[in-house]
Amino acid sequence: MTVSIRALLGATAVCALTAAASAETVTIATVNNGDMIRMQALTDDFKAKHPGIDLEWVTLEENVLRERVTTDIATGGGQYDVLTIGTYEVPIWGAAGWLVALDDLPADYDADDLLPAIRNGLTVDGKLLAAPFYGESSMVMYRKDLMEKAGLTMPDAPTWDFIKQAAAAMTDKAGEVYGVCLRGKAGWGENMAFLTAMSNSYGARWFDEAWKPQFDSEAWKKTLTDYLELMNAYGPPGASSNGFNENLALFQQGKCGMWIDATVAASFVTNPKDSTVADKVGFALAPDNGLGKRGNWLWAWSLAIPSSSDAPDAAKAFVAWATSKDYLALVAEKEGWANVPPGTRTSLYENPEYAKVPFAKMTLDSINAADPIKPTVDPVPYVGVQFVAIPEFQGIGTQVGQIFSAALAGQMSAEEALSQAQALTTREMQAAGYVQ
Amino acid sequence: MARAVTNRRKLVFTLVAWTLALLIFFPILWTVLTSFKSEADAIASPPKFLFFDWTLENYTTVQERSDYARHFWNSVVISLGSTFLGLLIATPAAWSMAFVPGKRTRDLLMWMLSTKMMPAVGVLVPIYLICRDLGLLDSRTALVVILTLINLPIIVWMLYSYFKEIPGEILEAARMDGASLRSEILYVLAPMAVPGIASTLLLNIILAWNEAFWTLALTAAKAAPLTAFIASYSSPEGLFYAKLSAASTMAIAPILVMGWFSQKQLVRGLTFGAVK
Repeated sequence: MTVSIRALLGATAVCALTAAASAETVTIATVNNGDMIRMQALTDDFKAKHPGIDLEWVTLEENVLRERVTTDIATGGGQYDVLTIGTYEVPIWGAAGWLVALDDLPADYDADDLLPAIRNGLTVDGKLLAAPFYGESSMVMYRKDLMEKAGLTMPDAPTWDFIKQAAAAMTDKAGEVYGVCLRGKAGWGENMAFLTAMSNSYGARWFDEAWKPQFDSEAWKKTLTDYLELMNAYGPPGASSNGFNENLALFQQGKCGMWIDATVAASFVTNPKDSTVADKVGFALAPDNGLGKRGNWLWAWSLAIPSSSDAPDAAKAFVAWATSKDYLALVAEKEGWANVPPGTRTSLYENPEYAKVPFAKMTLDSINAADPIKPTVDPVPYVGVQFVAIPEFQGIGTQVGQIFSAALAGQMSAEEALSQAQALTTREMQAAGYVQ
Repeated sequence: MARAVTNRRKLVFTLVAWTLALLIFFPILWTVLTSFKSEADAIASPPKFLFFDWTLENYTTVQERSDYARHFWNSVVISLGSTFLGLLIATPAAWSMAFVPGKRTRDLLMWMLSTKMMPAVGVLVPIYLICRDLGLLDSRTALVVILTLINLPIIVWMLYSYFKEIPGEILEAARMDGASLRSEILYVLAPMAVPGIASTLLLNIILAWNEAFWTLALTAAKAAPLTAFIASYSSPEGLFYAKLSAASTMAIAPILVMGWFSQKQLVRGLTFGAVK
């Protein structure tokens, strides 16, 4: 009797332990971008390799996700085990000690294979704090047929002067074709991402080495004046409310001659299912002014583990799986090479199969042309190409974005906009204690 | 002559009412139409109104990608739970304020309403910390309690104004006829208060169903209601308007149907006491 009770108790304990072990759940917070949706669909492969780990997905819109995840990580809520964050958050959160270092990933992970530009942006104090899931830069996407009709040839590395000339030649407002479509919608990740990157190629910068705002510089004046001239003369109507999606819709319907935006757009505009111009799109590097910096940005959607996670080892197993070479091969096998998450690994770009994808080379060249550590012509005290990696930047960037968007809508001149931006940024930086 | 004027007036009012109703309904109609379009048709310019290739593809995709049933069930539990809990607390409170008002009743009512004037984000961090410490993050319990607290002032105010409309003389008459307190409440007060309680109930279910700040801020995977379901289809880098519309249609359909069937109650309740 006693023996059987003991056996029963023992068996129950074993069952309980197994249940506890198999119930390890990794909650992943992510954004609703194409590559992430594909990852969710491919998780059977992960489950087959790690039967003891369950995955829970929380997919949110980018800005909602940022708010949500920031609240959780700042209060140590511990609701998530894997976070999808970008190159803006990693340096700030890493410095605050909110992220688990990823320097003990398995040997076959081959962290040295990660693209140096991307890896640098995700490393704080020599420690890799997030694994890149896909990297993106920005580049020029243009209509080959309209370019030919205009009698011009797009060089692989155009200058801003050429962009102006081509925009003028391609514009046919009566036929609803606009030479150039650029972001105008206010936001630090919207128009300011584009304008900050553009300003880098004009030799401008947000702050000098003593954190003094630089909107009163000649370089910013030239940047904003050229941007406004381009958009007013050759841009679509109502451009001050156009963001990525609005411009994507215009380009896919054949209404833009050129569009300078995220490299990830290449797979959308060349997809015949959604795009009416799928077979007519060419790619070029973002323009420059001969100063040694191009107007392209650098962003890497990355997977990080918050220090509040209660399953860091299982989370690490997932991060290693999702950002591994094997994962790239898995996507290629199931969905084709064009759908492989781009911009993270050197080995992908050495793969002859991937080289056949029309936008592969230009994406890699664009990523390599951006340097988050030295983003500008003159030295700066911050990290980040199209942003400044300080916590205050989201607020300041969005407010300056609103001023520039108003200038595009014709509510003020470039000079007025810049002097307002200078005053606002100076005030905010003083309040935050960066400058006296 | 007078009759002609009235008729013309009627016609004008009818036209204005229809135009306004269509204007207000149009975004919902457009969302529903878009949900049956392909992504390419969804962004077509000029927009396609009815003549496009109708497809159910978006619904299939949404169904494959997300667990609608789980989000739906969470929405039902949270909205019904918070509404019933709210009514349970607010009915006695409104009852006593309406029939046995004290010196401070008016001030108390104003103070309750003033809590609605604070922006929710102002208390996000404290509430988040409380939920964390109580282990209630990503739980339906936390949302039921918080939505109850948020909607409580509205419930109390609505019930209070309905109860106020019930003339005290009727109660006196019932007492004169020898009714006990129990039968006074059950047979005299309750039947008169039912329309008011019903419309409060309906309005609060709708408010709780649509609440999108706390339901997004305090949930992750397990307790996420339909608001989180919609948010997962919005994307700043990708044109998924048709799928987003399909998700939105699926999220609003239950409450729309409920509203449709109970519109008489709703309108009656909302205008109750408006015309004296």
